[in-house]
Parts: sequence; structure tokens; C-alpha cells
Amino acid sequence: MLKASTWIIAASLLFLVSPSAFADKLFVSNERDNTVTVIDSETLKIVKTIPTGKRPRGIVITPDYKEVIVCAGDDDRLDVIDAEKLEVTKSFPASGPDPELLAVNHKGDRIYVANEDDSLVTVMDRATGQAITEVPVGVEPEGMAVSPDDSIVVDTSEQTSMAHFIDAKSNKVIANILVDTRPREARFTNDGKEVWVSAEVGGTVAIIDTKTFEIKKKLSFDVPGVRPELMQPIGIRFTLDGKIAFVALGPSNRVAVVDAGTHEVKSYILVGQRPWHLALKPDGTKLYVANGMTNDVTVIDVASLKAEKSVPVGRLPWGIAVKPDDH
Amino acid sequence: MRIRRLLWLSPFAFIATAAANPAPPPALNVEIGYLSRDYSEPLPISLVEPAVTDEGLQGARIGISDNLATGRFLGQSYHLVEKITPRQGDIAADARGLLSKTHLIVASLDAADLLRIADLPEARDAIIINARSSNDDLRGKDCRRNVFHVAPSWSMRADALGQYMAWKRWTKWFLLRGDTNQDIAYADAIKRAAKKFGGEIVEQRTIVFDPGNRNSETGHQQIQTQIPMRTQSPPPHDIVFVADSEDGFGDYLMWRTSIPKPVAGTQGLQAVAWSPVYEEYGGIQLQTRFRAKIKRPMTELDYMAWLAARVFGEAVTRSGKTDAAGWRAYIMSKQFQVAGFKGQGMTFRSWDRQLRQPIILSGPRTLVSVSPQEGFLHPTYLTDTLGIDEPETACKIRG
Repeated sequence: MLKASTWIIAASLLFLVSPSAFADKLFVSNERDNTVTVIDSETLKIVKTIPTGKRPRGIVITPDYKEVIVCAGDDDRLDVIDAEKLEVTKSFPASGPDPELLAVNHKGDRIYVANEDDSLVTVMDRATGQAITEVPVGVEPEGMAVSPDDSIVVDTSEQTSMAHFIDAKSNKVIANILVDTRPREARFTNDGKEVWVSAEVGGTVAIIDTKTFEIKKKLSFDVPGVRPELMQPIGIRFTLDGKIAFVALGPSNRVAVVDAGTHEVKSYILVGQRPWHLALKPDGTKLYVANGMTNDVTVIDVASLKAEKSVPVGRLPWGIAVKPDDH
Repeated sequence: MRIRRLLWLSPFAFIATAAANPAPPPALNVEIGYLSRDYSEPLPISLVEPAVTDEGLQGARIGISDNLATGRFLGQSYHLVEKITPRQGDIAADARGLLSKTHLIVASLDAADLLRIADLPEARDAIIINARSSNDDLRGKDCRRNVFHVAPSWSMRADALGQYMAWKRWTKWFLLRGDTNQDIAYADAIKRAAKKFGGEIVEQRTIVFDPGNRNSETGHQQIQTQIPMRTQSPPPHDIVFVADSEDGFGDYLMWRTSIPKPVAGTQGLQAVAWSPVYEEYGGIQLQTRFRAKIKRPMTELDYMAWLAARVFGEAVTRSGKTDAAGWRAYIMSKQFQVAGFKGQGMTFRSWDRQLRQPIILSGPRTLVSVSPQEGFLHPTYLTDTLGIDEPETACKIRG
């Protein structure tokens, strides 16, 4: 049995040898470039630019951290990037047409895809890449989320302004909740008790109780001197301890900091232009923000809530997935 | 079973059923009327372009299918009752027929027809949404309590261009117009925009031009010689403004004017509610949906009818009301907003029932800009820098 101190020394030695040995990898989808940029989280340098299918938007990493799956909307397929080799190793055309956003369940065997043009959620088997079923939802489905226990899947439909709750066993819709105009992302709280749904044009985030399907609270956002119509919530992320929620506010160029317990908006962090989707560093210390208009990623320090750096990526960065260093 | 029935009774609450089928039977059936006339449209500029005869109507149909998509989860169904009056037909009779079925009317009508139907006694409690006419008087001295406008007015269009010209510092405008009422109205709006945004009309000319045999061999030669003649010796200017709603000569100005200048107005750089080239704020999704179903690009008339149908959909879905008076009150309330792929919720002005909206400045193949332009400020809505604001309105019927 090695002592903990030995480990620490070993670890720091290794760190000295290679500064990026413990680096996480960020995968950023670039909607206009048809690429995914891979960034080293420590050096913040681009490791690789991976060509993908057309119009890559939704991007997630599988729970085993082996694969990064990207929606290539204009090629009507999912591209699967091998997280070690950093290249597209296979594609799943069974995703249905125009996949925009996707979610993988925590067990890692199901992929849920929002087919924007077809008002469908496609349920896929991850191992075979085959579609299991299609679930009809509202017009322009977008946000996808799976509850921590994998029992419920939530999809938002932009044009219908609803969050659809799908039972993961039966693949049937069990509830439809009307939210404000143009809902984008759905995100479960870490304890699974709430789903937060951002409404881009409505300018609000609806907090939905997953037991009663009632909207407990609607958050709205206000920065003096910034026009209210620019406060357009998109991406949502919770800190590891679940105490803080970050909400990207699109054209207002800000990320809101929300107390996830009291549902109070505490502050706003100025980032690049049109922040879209967010990702948390696996150790919880940093938040990454994809800025669509300035073609960069802002790194926010979670402890100090300060924007630290911005990293140039490809054109129209859309979403981010992160692979931790120890995988 | 009993629980499910109770839930249909409150279609505006969430619907949570443990049963396999979440869609309850319709509890509210909403009929929406679509009224237009077989107007004589200008021929396509090229015979190769197909003449489109169902502009507007197809947009309304897509709007209804969008409403249905939400409605089926809420126990609401929507149905479009379509009526196209023949060119010489009796619009009032057709309107009465529609109004006996519904109080919700999408009107793709010119100003005269619109006023005729709005003033019918049967239309007193109706909500008629103007999805065609840009006539400013309809929002001013001829405004009606039962008429709402999703079509932008001539003033809104001219102001959208005027702001862009101010941003470019293209202050000297050479104005060419045709001689129809629409051309005169748009030209007047352009003159007001010049005053508002620091432009100067250096000269105005009326052009009546029949391109005649433009599609025959050597047809271009006549155009190539005529346009420079009619635009010769103008005072120094930065841009040519054109008001030619019949497509008589506007498209021929580019590359042919005596002094080479860009063109804006009804041709060239156009100020529109929608354009087939527009794809921002998810607009590409509506374009794609429309093309997939209708097999042609979505035009501005289609968009306006789509938006009108969506206004009704939003009112029904979110108001919790089941009658036209309730929906009207909701549309005019602070809670109302409709999304139209413009990046913001859009609302109606209380003084003339005109929908506030960003205006697209579209070139033939690309989006050039969207007005209001940066720096044009307004105390309440930036979009109120476009068109007739409350202090200037001639409409006496508020709310």
C-alpha cells in the first residue's frame, strides 16, 4: 500500500514533466465549420480539429468517456468520435433526419435524439446504433435530458413551447408542460427533483417539479442598461454540489449565476458574444462557455465566479463536452 | 378515467396522465378563417420563374399545422376555413359567410377590401389580422378596432431602410417611383424616413415603363438603353430609392442607371418581414419546413399569413379564454408575445394594433442587415423606432 503522500509526490512529479498530463479534453462543436475543436484544459491550446458531418451542434460524451457523439444535422446522422483517437470512427444514420441535440442515459445504452424538422424524438440503442422507436413530440424539438435514475426523458419543442416528459420504459409521453416561448435546453437538477427549461424568446427559465409536473418558479433576468429582449436564456449547468446554476443568456453576452436552492439570480458574468451551451470541468472548478459570435470559449472560475480566459475555436461554436483526464 | 376527463376540462393546466396515450380528445375546436382575393399579381420578371398563385394561403396552412402541434397536447384543435374571392367577386358576401363560422380572420386583402369587410356589422366583434397591406392609413386615419396588422407598414419599411442609410452615411437619396397608389404611398414613406433619419431626397422622378418584349431576343437592348435615359443627369446621390410595387422597372435599375449606384426599396435592397434568404434565429427551420411541405420558397405573404395564424394560436393556447373577446383582450395585454424567428417576442402597439417587429433588409441572395439599427433608441421598444410612433399616430381608436 502506497501512502497518500507518495501519490501526491508522484503526481506532482508527473505534472512537472508534462503540464498537460492531467489535462481534461474539451470537445467543442463548430456549427459553421463542420468540425469539433479539441482543447487541452490546462494549456488551453488546441490539440486537434476533427472534421465532422455538416452542421455539428448537439455534443455529449458517453458515461464511460469513450465516445463523444455529435449531431451532424445537415447530414442527417450522428458522428461518433473515439475519445482516445480523436477521430470520427463511426456514424449513426439511424438518428432520423436533422438531429439537433441529443442525450445519452447514465447507464450508457440509450441515445435520445431531437429531430428538429420532423417533430420526433428518436430513441437509439447505443451499441448497435439502431433506432428502437420514435416518439412524436411538438414542432422543432430541441432540448434533451435524461433524469439521473434514467427513468424519465425530457424534450423541449421550440415552436410548440412545451417540455414533453417521456417515460423511458414505455417510450410514451406522460406529460406536456407549456412553458414560455421557444424553449431550448432542459436540464435535471443533480438530485433529479427538478427540470430547468430555458425559454429563449420568452426570456425565462421554468423550474418544473418532476413529481407533480408543476412549474414551481419562473426565473427572469434583468441587467440594468441591457435591453430586456436580449436576455435570452439558452444553456444551463449546475455545479457539482448542485448549489449554483449557470444560465447562458445569448445576445446579452452574459452568464447568469442562480442560487439553485432559493432560485434567486445572484449575479451576471460577462463572457464572449452570444454564449450558447455550457459545460462543467469534471472536477467542478471551471465552467466553459461556447460563444457563438466571437468564435471562442470563455473559461469561468467557479469558485470566484470570474471569467478568466477566452480560447479561440472554430466558427459558430455551439456545444461543449468534456473528457476528464483520468479516462 | 375520471381524472383524465377532469383534466380535459382544464386544457390550460398541464396534462399528466399515467395512461399510454397522453393526447386527450379535443376540448376546444378553433376555426380560423382565411380570406383573400384572386388579385392580379405582377408577372414574374422572367418567364422561367413559376407564377405562384397560392402565396399567403400556404403560410396560413403551415401556421395552422403549427398550432395543431401544440393543440394536440392541450386538447385544442384548429381548422382553417379558406375563402378566395374571385377577381370580380363580392368580398363582403364571402366575408359574411366566413364570419358566420368564426370571428378569427386572417386577411390577405388590399386596403379597400380590408376596410369593406372590417366595417360589416357581422365583423364588429371579430379579430381581423391584416397579412398583406402595408397601407399606412389602415394604421392611421382608417384604423379599426377589429383590425390588427402583422404586415409591416410602408413607414416601417422605409424607416428600416432609412436607419441603415444613416448607419452607412448614405444621405443623398435619388427617388424613383411608379404611379400606382402603392408606389405613391411607399415614396411618401421614404420621404418621411429621409426627414427622420437625416437623408435628403435630391430628386424624385416618376417612371412609367413597360418593358414590353423583355423576354424576346434582344429584349434586353431596349431596357439597356431606356434605363440610363430615364435616370440621366441626376444630382449627386449615394443611393437610388425605388418604389415600384408592380415590378415594372425596379429590377432593371441595377447595373443600368446612368450613374452607378446601389438600389433600395421595392427592388434591390428590400425591407421585408420575411425573405427566402433569411435564416437567422432558427428561421432556417421554418424555411425548411415550408419547402418540404409546399415545394417552393416561403415568401413574405406566406410568412405574414403564417404569423397571423400563430397569433391566434398563442392567444388560444395561453389566454385560458374560449371566446374572441377574451382572446382579443389577451392579444392586447402585457402577457402576449408571438415568436416569429426574429430573435425576440413580438407584441402589438396599443395605439394602432400594429405588430412590432424587426425588419429584414434583404438582398436578392443574402441578408444584408436587420433594422432597427444599433444606436436608434426608444424609451420602450427599439422596434418602435420603425413606423408611426404613439405621439404621431392618426388613429383615434386605442387599445
